[in-house]
This record gives sequence, C-alpha cells and structure tokens, in this order.
Amino acid sequence: MMYKVRDLKLSLPDMAHKPLIGATPRIEILKGLSFDVPKGAVLGIVGGSGSGKSTLGRAMLRLLAPTGGSICFDGTDITHLSEDQLRGMRQRFQMIFQDPMSSLNPRRRVGGIIAAPLQVQRLDGIPTRIDEALDMVGLPREFAQRYPHELSGGQRQRVGIARAIALRPDFILADEIVSGLDVSSQAQVLNLLGKLVRDLGLTLAFISHDLSVIRRLCDRVLVLHLGEIVEEGATVSLFEAPQAPYTRELLSAIPLPDPHQTWD
Amino acid sequence: MRDLRGDVKRTLGLRLWLSGGWLTILALAALCAPLLAPKDPLMQDLFLGRMPPFWMDGAEPGYLLGTDSLGRDVLSRILYGARLALIVALVAGTLTCFVGATLGLIAGYYRGWPDRIISRFVDIWMAFPPVLFAILLIAVMGTGLLSIIIAIVIIDWTRFARVIRAEAMTQGAMDYVASAQVSGQTRFSTMLTEILPNVLPTIVVLLTLEMGIAVIVEAILSFVNLSISTDSPTWGGMISEGRTSVHQAWWVLVFPLITLFLTVLSFSQLGEGLKDRFDPVLR
Repeated sequence: MMYKVRDLKLSLPDMAHKPLIGATPRIEILKGLSFDVPKGAVLGIVGGSGSGKSTLGRAMLRLLAPTGGSICFDGTDITHLSEDQLRGMRQRFQMIFQDPMSSLNPRRRVGGIIAAPLQVQRLDGIPTRIDEALDMVGLPREFAQRYPHELSGGQRQRVGIARAIALRPDFILADEIVSGLDVSSQAQVLNLLGKLVRDLGLTLAFISHDLSVIRRLCDRVLVLHLGEIVEEGATVSLFEAPQAPYTRELLSAIPLPDPHQTWD
Repeated sequence: MRDLRGDVKRTLGLRLWLSGGWLTILALAALCAPLLAPKDPLMQDLFLGRMPPFWMDGAEPGYLLGTDSLGRDVLSRILYGARLALIVALVAGTLTCFVGATLGLIAGYYRGWPDRIISRFVDIWMAFPPVLFAILLIAVMGTGLLSIIIAIVIIDWTRFARVIRAEAMTQGAMDYVASAQVSGQTRFSTMLTEILPNVLPTIVVLLTLEMGIAVIVEAILSFVNLSISTDSPTWGGMISEGRTSVHQAWWVLVFPLITLFLTVLSFSQLGEGLKDRFDPVLR
C-alpha cells in the first residue's frame, strides 16, 4: 500500500469565533477518514466545496498536522514526524497545485522553479533533470529561460507538473489542477497526466469537484461530503450504480453534451 | 518560437533619469565639496553679510548664491551640507530598512508568537510622537552624527516592519511557498529564497522613501539645534538661520530649502522608478 489512512481527523482553530478570553473553538474539517491507496492506483477524491478534499490532500502530504488518527506512507507512519524527519522523505511524495499562477514564484525563471526542489533534495545532474522534466511534459527546453507570466495557463500547469515529476516521486497529489483551465487545455493536461502515470509508474491522488474529469482518469473514487467518506469504490461501478444519495446528486450535476443521452 | 514581447523597448523613464541625475550631482558635490566650494563654508566676513545672489543688484562677485547674516557663502554651505545629508540618508536609511524589514519579514512569515511580540512592539512604538521621541533620544544620547542615525533607526523601523509584515503575509499564503515546503525546504531558507525576492520591490521603494525621510528628520533636528555642532554646515541649520532674516535675505532660507526639497523628491521618485525596473512582470 502506498497510503494507509486510518481514522484521520483534522480540526483548525476558528479565529472568527474566538472569544476574548479562553480557548479558540475548533472547526472539525475531517471527521475520521479511513481508506487505502494501493501502489500504482489513480485515486479520485471528489466532493463539493467545503467537503474537506483539499484539506485531506494537504494532510496526506503533511502540510497540515492531523489532530487524530494515522497516516502511513509506504509502511512508515508519517502522522507525527517532525519537519526535519520528513525532509528526506519529501522527495517521494509531491504535489501539483490548483492555481498555476500562485504556485510558481513570479520572480524565478521556469528552470529555477523546477531546479529548486532538486537543490533542496541535493540531487545531482540538475540541468539534465530539468531538460528531461520539460521533455516529459511536452514543453520546449528553451522555456527554462522564461518567467511564469510569459506562459499560458496550460503551459504553467505543465511547469507545475514538471516540478513535481523532476524529483521522480512515488506519489503525486494533484489538487484541482485542471479547474482553472479551459476545456481543451484540461483535456491536454489530463492526457499528459495519464501518460505520465503509466510511464513513470506513479501513484496518483486526483482531487476534483468534477466527476467527469475523475471518470476519465481515475480507477478508484472516494466521495467526500462534509468531512466524511460517503462512498468509495471502483470508478466503473460508482458511475453505474452509485450507492450514496450524495454521489447520485453529484452525478446528476454533470452537464451532458447531449441532454437526451445518458452516461453509458 | 518568437516572442514579440522582447521587441518592445522600454525606455528608462524620465523620472528615473531626473531623480538619479540629481542624486548623482549631489553625491559628486558632497564628495568634491572642498574642490567645488568657492569659499570656506565657515569663513565669516561681517562686512559681506546678507549679500544677494549673483543676478541681483549689489551682489558680491564670487558669492554666487549670496551670503548669510554672518557673511558666509550660501553655495559653499549647501555643498558641505550635502555631505551630512547624504551620509544620514544612506547610513540611517539602510540601517532602518535592515532592522525593520528583517523584523517585518519574520513577523509576517513565521506568524505565531514572533508576530505577536513584534506587532505589539510596533503598536507601542507608533504611539509615540516621532519628532518628540527623536528630540528626547538626542537629549539623552547627546548630539552628534551617531546619535542622529541611531535616533532615526529607532523611530522609523516600525514603518518598514508594518508594511513588510503585511507583504510577507500575502506572499506566505501563496502556493509557491507551500510548494517549497512540499519539496522539503526549511522555513528559514524558504523565507530567504521565496518570500524575500517577492517583497524586495516594496523594500526598495520604502528604502528610498526612508532616505528622503532621514534627510528631513536630520533637517528637523538641525532646525531645533539638536543635530551635530553648529560648526558644520547642515541644510536644516541653514533653514533655521535663514528663517530669522527671511525679510532681509530670503536666499539664505530658499536655496537650502529647494535643495532639500529636490533631494527628498528625487529619493521617492527613484524608488518608484526602480520598482518598475525590478518587476519581471512589467519588464
């Protein structure tokens, strides 16, 4: 198993309702989630806004500290590891962010952006790795000299992907990576991601609110609603026979290209 | 693939030329004051008191901008005064910037208890009236160049701390900071390599503004006779002396005032101009 998550709980302080004196109340965002991510799987995490899907992703990468439960990554319990202890492992799990503009430092060239994690992890042959990463995401090598604002949205998102795969991780978390793109760039980025998963033998968790995107890419789906898992299963069976009422709601929200057709 | 963006020529900008030009002239004047100054700035000649500038009737040859009530050459005093003004602007401005920006960066990026401590200090600090605070400090430390610089740093670091804290907070919420964390970068090095370059344009603008403010504060302190000793010419001191005889000899007041005004204006415009040059998005 790549990830074993057991009874994961996470709450954040609610500063808006902080009393003048006394403890800050906490909002429970994840209410005890348990699931597995097998090696090589492409897991879709779907849910409406406020369902906790991004929080779950950030907890899995230990950008947020869980308040309860456990997260095992490839046999190692990472729930309570300190930042120093995690440092060496960070190369193995990477993330692609939602907004490609804010996830790329505007003051660095593309080459520098891809090189930064490689330098942190003290890998050698950085220039070749940058070229390889750009080749893999289908960007010309000259783009290493450009600034992020000189690229289109789709190109920027490819840079984000290149930065993640340049480290050759085992696991990648993609957090709503196509929601900011137009439909044709979405399709290109999804195709690219599918290809990379196959070529590099990646395990992928793909967060989205859009089931039609999940259906295209993922082999398992996790449906989150208000911090709880309402349904989990293989993509095919979930689309054919959704069990939870919330899943049915999500499915019926997918706009059909032809309203007289059904999904089959 | 050809990118037309490279073909767009960006002119250096008039404001950068003018402000940079004036400050260069001033820096040269300060460096070469002994060579350029037509007279000794301290030499008094009571027979030549309140001589008008060269284009007016009754001007004394050799005294281009006239003389003050003690017969000292106004031009020479302005040239020598530039030395003190520029030293204060550069040293006090840079030190203030360094102290304030460092604390602001730490407060804005680390949040938590460092932020609480620093912000509390800033709040308390800003409750003091700055000029009174400066006068009080000088009174305690004694007059002198070092006291002026220390007073400016102690008063003005809050200006940087506030703005840079807010800026660092905004940048800290960006995904590229999370991305640095995902790659295992330490908090401290993230602050230096990711946050600092993005707040640098703000720091530069504030620094140049602060240099202008430092010149003004020095002038204010000279005005109330708390700058360095009256032997060395300062713009503030000249303005203060000129004020008493403004009806008989306006030039003693006006020329240092114009110099001061142009210098402070140039510093602030230089900052604006540099900000545009620094920004890769605008470049």
